[in-house]
Amino acid sequence: MFLEISAYELSEKIGKGEVFPSEVTQFYLQRIEKIDGKVRAFLTLNEKALDEARKMEKKASEKRSLFGIPLAVKDNICTRNLRTTCASRILADFVPVYDATVVKRIKEEGAVILGKTNMDEFAMGSSTENSGFHPTHNPWDLQRVPGGSSGGSAAAVAAGEAPWALGSDTGGSIRQPAALCGVVGMKPTYGLVSRYGLVAFASSLDQIGPITRDVRDCAFLLNHLVGHDPRDSTSYPYEPPDYLKSLGRDIKGMRIGVVTELSGEGIEEEVKDAFYKTLEKLESLGASVEEISLPSFEYALSAYYIIAPAEASSNLARYDGVRYGYCTEKAEDIWEMYKKTRREGFGAEVKRRIMLGTYALSAGYYEAYYGKAQKIRTLIIRDFEKAFEKFDALVSPTSPTVAFKLGEKVEDPLKMYMSDVCTIPVNLAGLPAISIPCGLSQGLPVGFQIIGRSLGEETIISIAYALEKEIGFKERPSL
Amino acid sequence: MISRKEVEHVAWLARLELSEEEEERFSKQLGQVLEHASKIKEVDTSNVPPTSHSLPLKNVFREDEVRESLSQEEALSNAPQKEKGAFLVPKII
Repeated sequence: MFLEISAYELSEKIGKGEVFPSEVTQFYLQRIEKIDGKVRAFLTLNEKALDEARKMEKKASEKRSLFGIPLAVKDNICTRNLRTTCASRILADFVPVYDATVVKRIKEEGAVILGKTNMDEFAMGSSTENSGFHPTHNPWDLQRVPGGSSGGSAAAVAAGEAPWALGSDTGGSIRQPAALCGVVGMKPTYGLVSRYGLVAFASSLDQIGPITRDVRDCAFLLNHLVGHDPRDSTSYPYEPPDYLKSLGRDIKGMRIGVVTELSGEGIEEEVKDAFYKTLEKLESLGASVEEISLPSFEYALSAYYIIAPAEASSNLARYDGVRYGYCTEKAEDIWEMYKKTRREGFGAEVKRRIMLGTYALSAGYYEAYYGKAQKIRTLIIRDFEKAFEKFDALVSPTSPTVAFKLGEKVEDPLKMYMSDVCTIPVNLAGLPAISIPCGLSQGLPVGFQIIGRSLGEETIISIAYALEKEIGFKERPSL
Repeated sequence: MISRKEVEHVAWLARLELSEEEEERFSKQLGQVLEHASKIKEVDTSNVPPTSHSLPLKNVFREDEVRESLSQEEALSNAPQKEKGAFLVPKII
Protein backbone atom coordinates (compact mmCIF):
# COMPACT_ATOMS: atom_id res chain seq x y z
CA MET A 1 0.00 0.00 0.00
CA PHE A 2 2.98 2.35 0.40
CA LEU A 3 4.80 0.97 -2.62
CA GLU A 4 3.65 3.75 -4.92
CA ILE A 5 4.40 6.56 -2.50
CA SER A 6 7.73 8.35 -2.34
CA ALA A 7 9.43 9.14 0.96
CA TYR A 8 8.60 12.81 0.44
CA GLU A 9 4.90 11.99 0.07
CA LEU A 10 5.11 9.71 3.10
CA SER A 11 6.47 12.57 5.18
CA GLU A 12 3.53 14.75 4.08
CA LYS A 13 1.01 12.05 4.94
CA ILE A 14 2.59 11.40 8.32
CA GLY A 15 2.73 15.15 8.94
CA LYS A 16 -1.01 15.44 8.27
CA GLY A 17 -1.74 12.46 10.51
CA GLU A 18 -3.12 10.41 7.60
CA VAL A 19 -0.74 7.55 8.34
CA PHE A 20 1.25 6.58 11.41
CA PRO A 21 4.97 5.84 11.60
CA SER A 22 4.35 2.33 12.97
CA GLU A 23 2.06 1.50 10.02
CA VAL A 24 4.75 2.48 7.57
CA THR A 25 7.55 0.63 9.36
CA GLN A 26 5.36 -2.44 9.72
CA PHE A 27 4.50 -2.37 6.04
CA TYR A 28 8.16 -2.34 5.06
CA LEU A 29 9.14 -5.03 7.57
CA GLN A 30 6.41 -7.27 6.18
CA ARG A 31 7.48 -6.53 2.64
CA ILE A 32 11.07 -7.48 3.55
CA GLU A 33 9.84 -10.66 5.18
CA LYS A 34 7.85 -11.53 2.11
CA ILE A 35 10.40 -10.95 -0.63
CA ASP A 36 13.89 -10.66 0.82
CA GLY A 37 14.29 -14.41 0.63
CA LYS A 38 14.46 -13.85 -3.13
CA VAL A 39 16.29 -10.51 -3.32
CA ARG A 40 18.57 -10.89 -0.28
CA ALA A 41 19.24 -7.19 0.01
CA PHE A 42 19.65 -7.16 3.79
CA LEU A 43 22.39 -8.50 6.03
CA THR A 44 20.92 -7.42 9.37
CA LEU A 45 17.46 -6.21 10.30
CA ASN A 46 16.87 -3.69 13.06
CA GLU A 47 14.74 -5.70 15.44
CA LYS A 48 13.82 -2.58 17.35
CA ALA A 49 12.53 -0.74 14.27
CA LEU A 50 8.84 -1.23 15.06
CA ASP A 51 9.30 -0.34 18.73
CA GLU A 52 11.14 2.81 17.74
CA ALA A 53 8.34 3.78 15.35
CA ARG A 54 5.69 3.13 18.01
CA LYS A 55 7.54 5.19 20.57
CA MET A 56 7.64 8.03 18.11
CA GLU A 57 3.90 8.09 17.76
CA LYS A 58 3.63 9.20 21.32
CA LYS A 59 5.60 12.27 20.38
CA ALA A 60 3.76 12.78 17.10
CA SER A 61 3.36 16.49 17.66
CA GLU A 62 7.04 16.92 16.90
CA LYS A 63 7.67 18.38 13.49
CA ARG A 64 10.84 16.61 12.53
CA SER A 65 11.21 16.35 8.80
CA LEU A 66 12.04 12.64 8.47
CA PHE A 67 9.61 11.76 11.25
CA GLY A 68 8.62 8.10 11.02
CA ILE A 69 10.15 7.46 7.60
CA PRO A 70 12.01 4.14 7.36
CA LEU A 71 15.39 3.91 5.69
CA ALA A 72 17.90 1.18 4.77
CA VAL A 73 21.59 1.77 5.44
CA LYS A 74 24.56 0.26 3.61
CA ASP A 75 26.49 -1.98 5.96
CA ASN A 76 29.71 0.05 5.85
CA ILE A 77 28.06 2.96 7.68
CA CYS A 78 28.29 2.63 11.46
CA THR A 79 25.06 2.28 13.41
CA ARG A 80 25.24 2.29 17.20
CA ASN A 81 24.29 -1.08 18.73
CA LEU A 82 23.40 -2.46 15.28
CA ARG A 83 25.87 -4.89 13.69
CA THR A 84 27.98 -3.32 10.94
CA THR A 85 29.93 -5.88 8.92
CA CYS A 86 31.02 -4.27 5.64
CA ALA A 87 29.88 -7.68 4.32
CA SER A 88 33.19 -9.02 5.59
CA ARG A 89 33.88 -12.06 7.73
CA ILE A 90 36.50 -10.00 9.51
CA LEU A 91 33.76 -7.72 10.90
CA ALA A 92 31.04 -10.38 11.17
CA ASP A 93 30.40 -9.59 14.86
CA PHE A 94 31.30 -5.91 14.92
CA VAL A 95 28.78 -3.79 16.83
CA PRO A 96 29.65 -0.08 16.64
CA VAL A 97 29.60 1.94 19.84
CA TYR A 98 28.77 5.13 17.94
CA ASP A 99 26.66 6.35 15.03
CA ALA A 100 28.15 7.71 11.82
CA THR A 101 27.44 11.44 11.52
CA VAL A 102 24.91 10.86 8.72
CA VAL A 103 23.11 8.25 10.82
CA LYS A 104 23.07 10.56 13.83
CA ARG A 105 21.61 13.35 11.69
CA ILE A 106 18.80 11.30 10.14
CA LYS A 107 17.93 9.71 13.49
CA GLU A 108 17.67 13.17 15.04
CA GLU A 109 15.20 14.04 12.28
CA GLY A 110 13.10 11.00 13.22
CA ALA A 111 14.08 8.41 10.58
CA VAL A 112 13.66 4.71 11.45
CA ILE A 113 16.47 2.38 10.37
CA LEU A 114 15.03 -0.83 8.91
CA GLY A 115 18.32 -2.65 8.62
CA LYS A 116 21.75 -2.88 7.04
CA THR A 117 22.16 -3.74 3.39
CA ASN A 118 24.44 -6.11 1.56
CA MET A 119 27.42 -4.91 -0.43
CA ASP A 120 30.68 -6.05 -1.95
CA GLU A 121 33.09 -6.69 0.91
CA PHE A 122 34.54 -3.33 2.03
CA ALA A 123 32.77 -1.78 -1.00
CA MET A 124 35.24 -3.44 -3.38
CA GLY A 125 33.30 -4.63 -6.38
CA SER A 126 30.61 -3.82 -8.92
CA SER A 127 28.13 -6.66 -8.45
CA THR A 128 27.68 -7.35 -4.69
CA GLU A 129 28.93 -10.88 -5.44
CA ASN A 130 32.01 -10.13 -3.32
CA SER A 131 29.90 -10.08 -0.17
CA GLY A 132 31.39 -12.37 2.45
CA PHE A 133 27.88 -13.64 3.24
CA HIS A 134 25.71 -14.05 0.14
CA PRO A 135 25.01 -12.34 -3.18
CA THR A 136 22.05 -10.01 -3.72
CA HIS A 137 19.71 -10.54 -6.67
CA ASN A 138 18.48 -7.87 -9.06
CA PRO A 139 14.72 -7.37 -8.49
CA TRP A 140 14.21 -6.97 -12.27
CA ASP A 141 15.69 -10.41 -12.96
CA LEU A 142 16.73 -12.57 -10.05
CA GLN A 143 19.39 -14.31 -12.17
CA ARG A 144 21.24 -11.02 -12.51
CA VAL A 145 23.40 -8.87 -10.25
CA PRO A 146 22.10 -5.62 -8.74
CA GLY A 147 25.45 -3.91 -9.42
CA GLY A 148 27.71 -2.81 -6.64
CA SER A 149 29.06 -2.14 -4.31
CA SER A 150 25.85 -0.63 -2.83
CA GLY A 151 23.85 -3.45 -4.46
CA GLY A 152 21.80 -4.23 -1.34
CA SER A 153 20.66 -0.62 -0.94
CA ALA A 154 19.76 -0.24 -4.63
CA ALA A 155 17.96 -3.60 -4.77
CA ALA A 156 16.04 -2.83 -1.55
CA VAL A 157 14.75 0.47 -2.97
CA ALA A 158 13.92 -1.08 -6.37
CA ALA A 159 12.08 -3.99 -4.73
CA GLY A 160 10.10 -1.71 -2.44
CA GLU A 161 11.75 -3.10 0.69
CA ALA A 162 12.62 0.44 1.75
CA PRO A 163 11.41 3.83 0.51
CA TRP A 164 15.04 4.97 0.27
CA ALA A 165 18.54 4.06 1.37
CA LEU A 166 22.05 5.26 2.04
CA GLY A 167 24.94 4.06 -0.09
CA SER A 168 28.59 4.96 -0.52
CA ASP A 169 30.44 5.68 -3.75
CA THR A 170 34.21 5.33 -4.26
CA GLY A 171 34.30 4.65 -8.00
CA GLY A 172 30.62 4.37 -8.89
CA SER A 173 29.23 2.28 -6.03
CA ILE A 174 26.03 4.35 -5.67
CA ARG A 175 25.41 5.30 -9.30
CA GLN A 176 26.14 1.96 -11.03
CA PRO A 177 23.83 -0.18 -8.83
CA ALA A 178 21.19 2.59 -9.00
CA ALA A 179 21.42 2.36 -12.80
CA LEU A 180 21.24 -1.44 -12.86
CA CYS A 181 18.24 -1.46 -10.49
CA GLY A 182 16.30 1.39 -12.13
CA VAL A 183 16.45 3.85 -9.22
CA VAL A 184 18.03 7.26 -8.56
CA GLY A 185 21.50 7.43 -6.99
CA MET A 186 23.72 10.38 -6.23
CA LYS A 187 27.36 10.81 -5.30
CA PRO A 188 27.72 14.27 -3.76
CA THR A 189 30.80 16.48 -4.09
CA TYR A 190 33.71 15.10 -2.08
CA GLY A 191 33.60 16.74 1.35
CA LEU A 192 29.92 17.75 1.21
CA VAL A 193 28.80 14.79 3.35
CA SER A 194 30.72 13.76 6.46
CA ARG A 195 32.60 10.46 6.23
CA TYR A 196 32.78 10.10 10.01
CA GLY A 197 31.62 6.56 10.74
CA LEU A 198 31.91 5.38 7.14
CA VAL A 199 34.32 2.43 7.18
CA ALA A 200 37.21 3.65 5.03
CA PHE A 201 38.00 2.07 1.67
CA ALA A 202 39.81 4.79 -0.33
CA SER A 203 39.64 7.92 1.77
CA SER A 204 40.30 10.49 -0.96
CA LEU A 205 37.44 9.07 -3.07
CA ASP A 206 34.75 7.73 -0.68
CA GLN A 207 31.51 9.65 -0.32
CA ILE A 208 28.11 8.79 1.21
CA GLY A 209 24.97 9.57 -0.79
CA PRO A 210 21.26 8.82 -1.29
CA ILE A 211 19.61 6.00 -3.28
CA THR A 212 15.95 6.83 -3.88
CA ARG A 213 12.93 6.15 -6.09
CA ASP A 214 12.85 9.62 -7.60
CA VAL A 215 14.81 12.87 -7.85
CA ARG A 216 12.70 14.74 -5.31
CA ASP A 217 13.47 12.12 -2.67
CA CYS A 218 17.14 12.39 -3.61
CA ALA A 219 17.11 16.16 -2.94
CA PHE A 220 15.06 15.64 0.22
CA LEU A 221 17.44 13.05 1.70
CA LEU A 222 20.52 14.98 0.59
CA ASN A 223 19.27 17.95 2.61
CA HIS A 224 19.68 15.85 5.74
CA LEU A 225 23.10 14.40 4.96
CA VAL A 226 25.08 17.53 4.13
CA GLY A 227 26.82 20.03 6.32
CA HIS A 228 30.20 20.57 7.91
CA ASP A 229 31.31 18.04 10.53
CA PRO A 230 34.27 18.84 12.77
CA ARG A 231 34.84 15.08 13.17
CA ASP A 232 35.80 14.75 9.49
CA SER A 233 38.76 16.95 8.63
CA THR A 234 37.96 16.65 4.90
CA SER A 235 34.41 17.90 5.46
CA TYR A 236 33.85 21.10 3.51
CA PRO A 237 33.14 24.29 5.47
CA TYR A 238 30.12 25.18 3.38
CA GLU A 239 26.57 26.30 4.10
CA PRO A 240 24.51 24.01 1.88
CA PRO A 241 21.35 25.27 0.17
CA ASP A 242 17.89 23.66 0.33
CA TYR A 243 18.17 21.20 -2.54
CA LEU A 244 14.38 20.85 -2.82
CA LYS A 245 14.41 24.40 -4.22
CA SER A 246 16.32 23.11 -7.25
CA LEU A 247 13.28 21.11 -8.36
CA GLY A 248 11.19 22.58 -11.13
CA ARG A 249 13.80 25.05 -12.33
CA ASP A 250 13.77 25.70 -16.05
CA ILE A 251 16.70 24.08 -17.83
CA LYS A 252 16.13 25.95 -21.07
CA GLY A 253 19.39 27.27 -22.45
CA MET A 254 21.56 24.99 -20.33
CA ARG A 255 24.66 23.75 -22.06
CA ILE A 256 25.15 19.99 -21.80
CA GLY A 257 28.37 18.25 -22.83
CA VAL A 258 28.43 14.63 -23.94
CA VAL A 259 31.78 13.12 -23.02
CA THR A 260 33.05 11.20 -26.04
CA GLU A 261 35.32 8.93 -23.97
CA LEU A 262 32.41 7.84 -21.72
CA SER A 263 29.71 7.30 -24.30
CA GLY A 264 31.25 5.58 -27.30
CA GLU A 265 33.66 2.67 -27.29
CA GLY A 266 32.82 -0.20 -24.93
CA ILE A 267 29.21 0.85 -24.37
CA GLU A 268 26.53 -1.73 -25.25
CA GLU A 269 24.42 -0.78 -28.26
CA GLU A 270 21.11 -0.93 -26.35
CA VAL A 271 22.54 1.28 -23.62
CA LYS A 272 23.70 3.74 -26.27
CA ASP A 273 20.23 3.77 -27.85
CA ALA A 274 18.56 4.65 -24.57
CA PHE A 275 21.27 7.25 -23.88
CA TYR A 276 20.88 9.02 -27.23
CA LYS A 277 17.10 9.03 -26.95
CA THR A 278 17.51 10.78 -23.61
CA LEU A 279 19.77 13.39 -25.21
CA GLU A 280 16.90 14.21 -27.58
CA LYS A 281 14.67 14.74 -24.57
CA LEU A 282 17.21 17.16 -23.11
CA GLU A 283 17.10 19.10 -26.37
CA SER A 284 13.33 19.10 -26.37
CA LEU A 285 13.51 20.72 -22.93
CA GLY A 286 15.52 23.55 -24.49
CA ALA A 287 19.02 22.49 -23.45
CA SER A 288 21.82 22.53 -26.00
CA VAL A 289 23.73 19.29 -26.39
CA GLU A 290 27.22 19.10 -27.79
CA GLU A 291 29.99 16.53 -27.74
CA ILE A 292 33.33 17.12 -26.02
CA SER A 293 36.44 14.97 -25.96
CA LEU A 294 38.35 14.70 -22.68
CA PRO A 295 41.40 12.62 -23.67
CA SER A 296 42.77 11.97 -20.18
CA PHE A 297 39.64 9.94 -19.33
CA GLU A 298 41.05 7.07 -21.32
CA TYR A 299 43.50 6.61 -18.44
CA ALA A 300 41.06 7.12 -15.56
CA LEU A 301 40.29 3.45 -14.98
CA SER A 302 44.00 2.55 -14.87
CA ALA A 303 44.79 5.40 -12.49
CA TYR A 304 41.86 4.48 -10.27
CA TYR A 305 42.91 0.84 -9.98
CA ILE A 306 46.27 2.05 -8.64
CA ILE A 307 45.04 4.84 -6.36
CA ALA A 308 42.03 3.10 -4.78
CA PRO A 309 43.86 -0.16 -3.92
CA ALA A 310 46.84 1.84 -2.63
CA GLU A 311 44.63 3.76 -0.22
CA ALA A 312 42.74 0.57 0.66
CA SER A 313 45.91 -1.37 1.46
CA SER A 314 46.81 1.34 3.95
CA ASN A 315 43.28 1.70 5.41
CA LEU A 316 42.80 -2.05 5.84
CA ALA A 317 46.04 -2.43 7.80
CA ARG A 318 43.91 -1.78 10.89
CA TYR A 319 42.34 -5.26 10.70
CA ASP A 320 44.91 -7.01 12.80
CA GLY A 321 42.77 -8.99 15.23
CA VAL A 322 43.61 -6.78 18.22
CA ARG A 323 41.06 -4.03 18.87
CA TYR A 324 37.98 -5.27 17.03
CA GLY A 325 36.91 -7.78 14.45
CA TYR A 326 37.83 -11.40 13.87
CA CYS A 327 41.00 -12.90 15.33
CA THR A 328 42.49 -16.26 14.39
CA GLU A 329 42.67 -18.93 17.04
CA LYS A 330 45.77 -20.57 15.68
CA ALA A 331 48.57 -18.10 16.27
CA GLU A 332 51.84 -18.76 18.12
CA ASP A 333 53.16 -15.22 17.87
CA ILE A 334 52.00 -11.75 16.87
CA TRP A 335 53.15 -11.98 13.21
CA GLU A 336 51.32 -15.22 12.73
CA MET A 337 48.28 -13.69 14.38
CA TYR A 338 48.22 -10.79 11.88
CA LYS A 339 48.81 -12.98 8.84
CA LYS A 340 46.34 -15.71 9.72
CA THR A 341 43.65 -13.31 10.94
CA ARG A 342 43.80 -11.50 7.61
CA ARG A 343 43.97 -14.72 5.59
CA GLU A 344 40.90 -16.13 7.31
CA GLY A 345 38.96 -12.86 7.57
CA PHE A 346 39.29 -11.27 4.12
CA GLY A 347 37.69 -12.50 0.90
CA ALA A 348 39.39 -12.92 -2.50
CA GLU A 349 38.75 -9.44 -3.95
CA VAL A 350 39.86 -7.65 -0.78
CA LYS A 351 43.07 -9.69 -0.74
CA ARG A 352 43.61 -8.90 -4.42
CA ARG A 353 43.26 -5.17 -3.82
CA ILE A 354 45.46 -5.20 -0.73
CA MET A 355 48.12 -6.98 -2.78
CA LEU A 356 47.72 -4.59 -5.70
CA GLY A 357 47.90 -1.52 -3.50
CA THR A 358 50.83 -2.79 -1.47
CA TYR A 359 52.70 -3.58 -4.68
CA ALA A 360 51.99 -0.12 -6.14
CA LEU A 361 53.25 1.55 -2.97
CA SER A 362 56.30 -0.65 -2.47
CA ALA A 363 59.90 0.51 -2.91
CA GLY A 364 60.90 0.59 -6.57
CA TYR A 365 57.34 0.81 -7.91
CA TYR A 366 55.93 3.82 -6.05
CA GLU A 367 56.87 6.45 -8.65
CA ALA A 368 56.00 4.33 -11.67
CA TYR A 369 52.53 3.45 -10.41
CA TYR A 370 51.21 5.53 -7.52
CA GLY A 371 53.13 8.72 -8.32
CA LYS A 372 52.20 8.49 -11.97
CA ALA A 373 48.54 7.76 -11.23
CA GLN A 374 48.34 10.87 -9.05
CA LYS A 375 49.60 12.96 -11.96
CA ILE A 376 46.99 11.40 -14.25
CA ARG A 377 44.47 12.47 -11.60
CA THR A 378 45.62 16.08 -12.07
CA LEU A 379 45.13 15.78 -15.84
CA ILE A 380 41.60 14.44 -15.34
CA ILE A 381 40.73 17.36 -13.04
CA ARG A 382 42.12 19.79 -15.64
CA ASP A 383 40.05 18.16 -18.39
CA PHE A 384 36.91 18.54 -16.25
CA GLU A 385 37.78 22.20 -15.56
CA LYS A 386 38.20 22.80 -19.27
CA ALA A 387 34.83 21.19 -19.99
CA PHE A 388 33.03 23.21 -17.32
CA GLU A 389 34.25 26.48 -18.88
CA LYS A 390 31.93 25.61 -21.74
CA PHE A 391 29.20 23.45 -20.19
CA ASP A 392 26.84 23.57 -17.21
CA ALA A 393 26.83 19.78 -16.88
CA LEU A 394 28.33 16.72 -18.54
CA VAL A 395 26.44 13.52 -19.33
CA SER A 396 27.13 9.87 -20.14
CA PRO A 397 25.58 6.46 -19.64
CA THR A 398 26.07 5.46 -15.98
CA SER A 399 27.14 1.91 -16.75
CA PRO A 400 28.44 0.48 -20.05
CA THR A 401 26.03 -2.47 -19.72
CA VAL A 402 22.69 -3.36 -18.18
CA ALA A 403 22.65 -5.81 -15.23
CA PHE A 404 24.76 -8.84 -16.06
CA LYS A 405 24.26 -12.44 -14.93
CA LEU A 406 25.44 -13.63 -11.53
CA GLY A 407 28.79 -15.34 -11.96
CA GLU A 408 29.42 -13.82 -15.40
CA LYS A 409 32.36 -11.58 -14.46
CA VAL A 410 33.39 -12.67 -11.01
CA GLU A 411 36.36 -14.76 -12.18
CA ASP A 412 37.77 -12.00 -14.38
CA PRO A 413 38.76 -8.94 -12.30
CA LEU A 414 39.58 -6.72 -15.28
CA LYS A 415 36.22 -7.35 -16.91
CA MET A 416 34.48 -6.53 -13.63
CA TYR A 417 36.56 -3.34 -13.21
CA MET A 418 35.31 -2.13 -16.61
CA SER A 419 31.81 -1.78 -15.08
CA ASP A 420 32.97 1.47 -13.48
CA VAL A 421 34.50 3.05 -16.57
CA CYS A 422 31.86 5.82 -16.83
CA THR A 423 31.70 6.65 -13.13
CA ILE A 424 35.34 6.62 -12.01
CA PRO A 425 36.56 9.97 -13.44
CA VAL A 426 33.96 11.73 -11.27
CA ASN A 427 35.44 10.31 -8.04
CA LEU A 428 39.00 11.11 -9.07
CA ALA A 429 37.96 14.76 -9.49
CA GLY A 430 35.70 14.81 -6.40
CA LEU A 431 32.68 16.06 -8.39
CA PRO A 432 28.95 15.44 -7.85
CA ALA A 433 27.00 13.17 -10.20
CA ILE A 434 23.54 11.64 -10.28
CA SER A 435 22.18 8.60 -12.11
CA ILE A 436 18.52 8.44 -13.11
CA PRO A 437 16.72 5.65 -14.96
CA CYS A 438 16.21 6.57 -18.62
CA GLY A 439 14.46 3.50 -20.01
CA LEU A 440 14.55 -0.26 -20.33
CA SER A 441 16.66 -2.40 -22.60
CA GLN A 442 15.21 -5.92 -22.94
CA GLY A 443 13.37 -5.46 -19.69
CA LEU A 444 16.39 -4.16 -17.75
CA PRO A 445 16.93 -0.57 -16.62
CA VAL A 446 19.48 1.79 -18.19
CA GLY A 447 21.00 4.65 -16.18
CA PHE A 448 21.74 8.19 -17.35
CA GLN A 449 24.56 10.03 -15.55
CA ILE A 450 24.67 13.81 -15.06
CA ILE A 451 27.94 15.26 -13.74
CA GLY A 452 28.19 18.72 -12.19
CA ARG A 453 30.83 21.21 -11.13
CA SER A 454 32.29 20.97 -7.66
CA LEU A 455 29.38 21.80 -5.27
CA GLY A 456 27.10 21.96 -8.32
CA GLU A 457 24.45 19.65 -6.85
CA GLU A 458 21.68 22.18 -7.48
CA THR A 459 22.33 22.24 -11.23
CA ILE A 460 22.38 18.48 -11.67
CA ILE A 461 19.28 18.05 -9.50
CA SER A 462 17.45 20.62 -11.66
CA ILE A 463 18.42 18.80 -14.83
CA ALA A 464 17.65 15.36 -13.39
CA TYR A 465 14.22 16.48 -12.19
CA ALA A 466 13.24 18.03 -15.52
CA LEU A 467 14.51 15.00 -17.38
CA GLU A 468 12.78 12.56 -15.05
CA LYS A 469 9.43 14.22 -15.81
CA GLU A 470 10.13 14.18 -19.53
CA ILE A 471 11.21 10.50 -19.51
CA GLY A 472 8.28 9.41 -17.35
CA PHE A 473 9.93 6.16 -16.24
CA LYS A 474 7.19 4.42 -14.26
CA GLU A 475 8.07 0.75 -14.63
CA ARG A 476 8.67 -1.32 -11.52
CA PRO A 477 10.03 -4.83 -11.22
CA SER A 478 7.35 -7.45 -10.64
CA LEU A 479 8.10 -9.53 -7.59
CA MET B 1 52.68 -11.96 -14.74
CA ILE B 2 54.50 -11.00 -11.62
CA SER B 3 56.72 -13.67 -10.10
CA ARG B 4 55.72 -15.93 -7.23
CA LYS B 5 58.67 -14.50 -5.29
CA GLU B 6 57.31 -10.98 -5.71
CA VAL B 7 53.85 -12.12 -4.67
CA GLU B 8 55.34 -13.65 -1.52
CA HIS B 9 57.26 -10.46 -0.76
CA VAL B 10 54.22 -8.21 -1.21
CA ALA B 11 52.08 -10.57 0.89
CA TRP B 12 54.65 -10.28 3.67
CA LEU B 13 54.60 -6.46 3.42
CA ALA B 14 50.79 -6.60 3.72
CA ARG B 15 50.95 -9.12 6.62
CA LEU B 16 48.74 -11.42 4.61
CA GLU B 17 49.15 -15.18 4.48
CA LEU B 18 48.24 -16.67 1.10
CA SER B 19 47.59 -20.27 0.14
CA GLU B 20 49.66 -21.82 -2.68
CA GLU B 21 46.65 -21.61 -4.92
CA GLU B 22 46.14 -17.92 -4.11
CA GLU B 23 49.80 -17.15 -4.76
CA GLU B 24 49.52 -18.69 -8.18
CA ARG B 25 46.23 -16.98 -9.00
CA PHE B 26 47.44 -13.58 -7.81
CA SER B 27 50.69 -13.76 -9.74
CA LYS B 28 48.59 -14.09 -12.89
CA GLN B 29 45.74 -11.70 -12.00
CA LEU B 30 47.91 -8.95 -10.53
CA GLY B 31 50.05 -9.18 -13.65
CA GLN B 32 46.99 -8.62 -15.82
CA VAL B 33 45.72 -5.66 -13.83
CA LEU B 34 49.18 -4.07 -13.66
CA GLU B 35 49.63 -4.54 -17.37
CA HIS B 36 46.38 -2.69 -17.97
CA ALA B 37 47.38 -0.03 -15.45
CA SER B 38 50.72 0.39 -17.18
CA LYS B 39 48.82 2.23 -19.89
CA ILE B 40 49.32 5.34 -17.77
CA LYS B 41 53.04 5.19 -18.52
CA GLU B 42 52.45 6.34 -22.09
CA VAL B 43 51.11 9.72 -20.92
CA ASP B 44 53.55 12.63 -20.76
CA THR B 45 53.27 13.99 -17.24
CA SER B 46 56.43 16.07 -17.09
CA ASN B 47 55.60 19.30 -15.23
CA VAL B 48 52.28 17.88 -13.99
CA PRO B 49 51.99 18.03 -10.20
CA PRO B 50 50.41 15.03 -8.45
CA THR B 51 46.95 15.26 -6.84
CA SER B 52 46.42 13.32 -3.64
CA HIS B 53 43.11 14.99 -2.83
CA SER B 54 40.48 16.77 -4.90
CA LEU B 55 39.76 19.45 -2.29
CA PRO B 56 42.02 22.44 -1.67
CA LEU B 57 41.94 21.75 2.07
CA LYS B 58 44.74 22.62 4.46
CA ASN B 59 45.50 21.06 7.82
CA VAL B 60 42.66 21.47 10.26
CA PHE B 61 43.64 22.41 13.80
CA ARG B 62 41.70 22.57 17.02
CA GLU B 63 42.49 23.14 20.66
CA ASP B 64 43.72 20.04 22.46
CA GLU B 65 40.97 19.91 25.06
CA VAL B 66 39.63 17.01 27.05
CA ARG B 67 36.20 16.09 25.73
CA GLU B 68 33.68 13.36 26.20
CA SER B 69 34.97 10.12 24.72
CA LEU B 70 34.29 6.38 24.68
CA SER B 71 34.38 4.64 28.04
CA GLN B 72 36.98 1.93 28.58
CA GLU B 73 34.21 -0.63 28.48
CA GLU B 74 32.91 0.67 25.14
CA ALA B 75 36.39 0.87 23.64
CA LEU B 76 36.98 -2.76 24.56
CA SER B 77 33.51 -4.01 23.67
CA ASN B 78 34.56 -5.39 20.26
CA ALA B 79 37.99 -6.73 21.28
CA PRO B 80 38.45 -10.40 20.36
CA GLN B 81 40.55 -10.92 23.49
CA LYS B 82 40.79 -8.69 26.51
CA GLU B 83 42.07 -8.89 30.07
CA LYS B 84 41.98 -6.47 33.00
CA GLY B 85 40.73 -3.58 30.90
CA ALA B 86 43.33 -4.05 28.14
CA PHE B 87 43.61 -5.65 24.70
CA LEU B 88 45.21 -9.06 24.94
CA VAL B 89 47.82 -10.05 22.32
CA PRO B 90 50.44 -12.80 22.08
CA LYS B 91 53.79 -12.13 23.78
CA ILE B 92 55.83 -9.77 21.60
CA ILE B 93 59.22 -9.46 23.29
